[in-house]
Amino acid sequence: MSISRRTLLKLAGITALGVTAEKYATAHAGSTAAKVLSKAVGAGKRLTKSSVQKKVRLAMVVDLRKCVSDQGCTKCIDACNRAHNIPDLGDSKDAIKWIWKEPYENAFVDQENFYMRDEFRNKMVPVFCNNCDNPPCVEVCPTQATFQRPDGIVMMDWHRCIGCRYCMAACPYGSRSFNWRDPRPFIKDIDPDYPTRMKGVVEKCTWCDERVDQGLLPLCVEACPEKAMVFGNLNDPKSEVRQLLKDNFSVRRKPGLGTSPEVYYLV
Amino acid sequence: MYDSGKIIAGLVIFIGLFTSPFWYDLSSGTALQTPDLVLPTKADQKECVASLEFMRRDHMALLNVWRTEVVRDGITYYKSANGKEFEMRYTRTCLGCHANTSQFCDQCHNYIGVSVYCWDCHNTPVSVGAGSSAAKILNTKPEILNKSKTQNAKSVHLALEAASQ
Ligand code: SF4
Ligand code: SF4
Repeated sequence: MSISRRTLLKLAGITALGVTAEKYATAHAGSTAAKVLSKAVGAGKRLTKSSVQKKVRLAMVVDLRKCVSDQGCTKCIDACNRAHNIPDLGDSKDAIKWIWKEPYENAFVDQENFYMRDEFRNKMVPVFCNNCDNPPCVEVCPTQATFQRPDGIVMMDWHRCIGCRYCMAACPYGSRSFNWRDPRPFIKDIDPDYPTRMKGVVEKCTWCDERVDQGLLPLCVEACPEKAMVFGNLNDPKSEVRQLLKDNFSVRRKPGLGTSPEVYYLV
Repeated sequence: MYDSGKIIAGLVIFIGLFTSPFWYDLSSGTALQTPDLVLPTKADQKECVASLEFMRRDHMALLNVWRTEVVRDGITYYKSANGKEFEMRYTRTCLGCHANTSQFCDQCHNYIGVSVYCWDCHNTPVSVGAGSSAAKILNTKPEILNKSKTQNAKSVHLALEAASQ
């Protein structure tokens, strides 16, 4: 039996197509789609919260009733900016932000009560990376430049960041900033002990991991004159954060997305 | 051979142009400039974190291991082969002695055409402005607050060995 060259090529083409399609189907069936879906609805993960089994899950409580940022206080922001060599790029679109103020209705977009308590109507809320317990930024990072430490801090390894900005797309809180230019000329007083970043790298608040490692509190917590910020171990029932959450009503930012943000705001 | 004159003349011109970088280097006298290291002279710090032979060949691998340990594994102290402890901190521990990177690091890096970008982020006395108060801070030993974990020289060497296999 002989096959013409034309038939052979046709057959080869069809076979190749079939093999690819099958590989694609087996690789994607059930896995990715199902995972994405179960993440989105929070099945499994949020019920058996991974952190519950761990000894330490760091968390932050911000008492908005005490915070006076709407009266012009910027102590927490200043302390952070100075220590972490945040460049001052003005109020531009490419500004680098680790901790900043957001109006109440922007910080809590899903709580659109038109009429609410007067003191919260014009409230400014200090916002920063939630160091989520189920962080989508970590999930998407192709280089593991951003990763979760055992104590829950979502870390940045700037050495590894390739600046793809997937994490910025994944973070629903805008907690991450990209360096569009060399930040050094825009830093007034450089703190020599903390590295600056370079062009093409993403950065964010890491709850002062370098201080936490030395047994110190994050700088914003220390700087707050009203003691409105409290930092501690959520898995320790006797910790101050747990006591505060037990005795007060708290809200988190966009909890419905399933990221499990670990900054709790007392209102 | 037809047109041998033209061809040979063309060849000579081509080879001349092609090798012109070499002639340029030779005539400018920079070709054989060998590294000329200025060793640090710090009164309170006489030895490096590892032996000369090791550092000469493997300093970049050591830095990689330190980086991973500090950033990812939370290990911040390094016990050298002779039992001395060093904070794994590039800016203070390494650059604390080798403050003038152009007289030390750059010497070999330039010679073999390696360009590193450590100092795009890590501050050096030069990058923060020589003589500034920030530069002075870099020249003092950091206050040790809380030694978390210490990594032994032995395990770093093991990790390096494993990485090179
Ligand atoms: S707030 Fe954004 S950047 Fe921070 S951990 Fe959550 S998803 Fe990641
Ligand atoms: S920009 Fe950097 S940290 Fe963000 S996803 Fe890409 S590599 Fe990871």
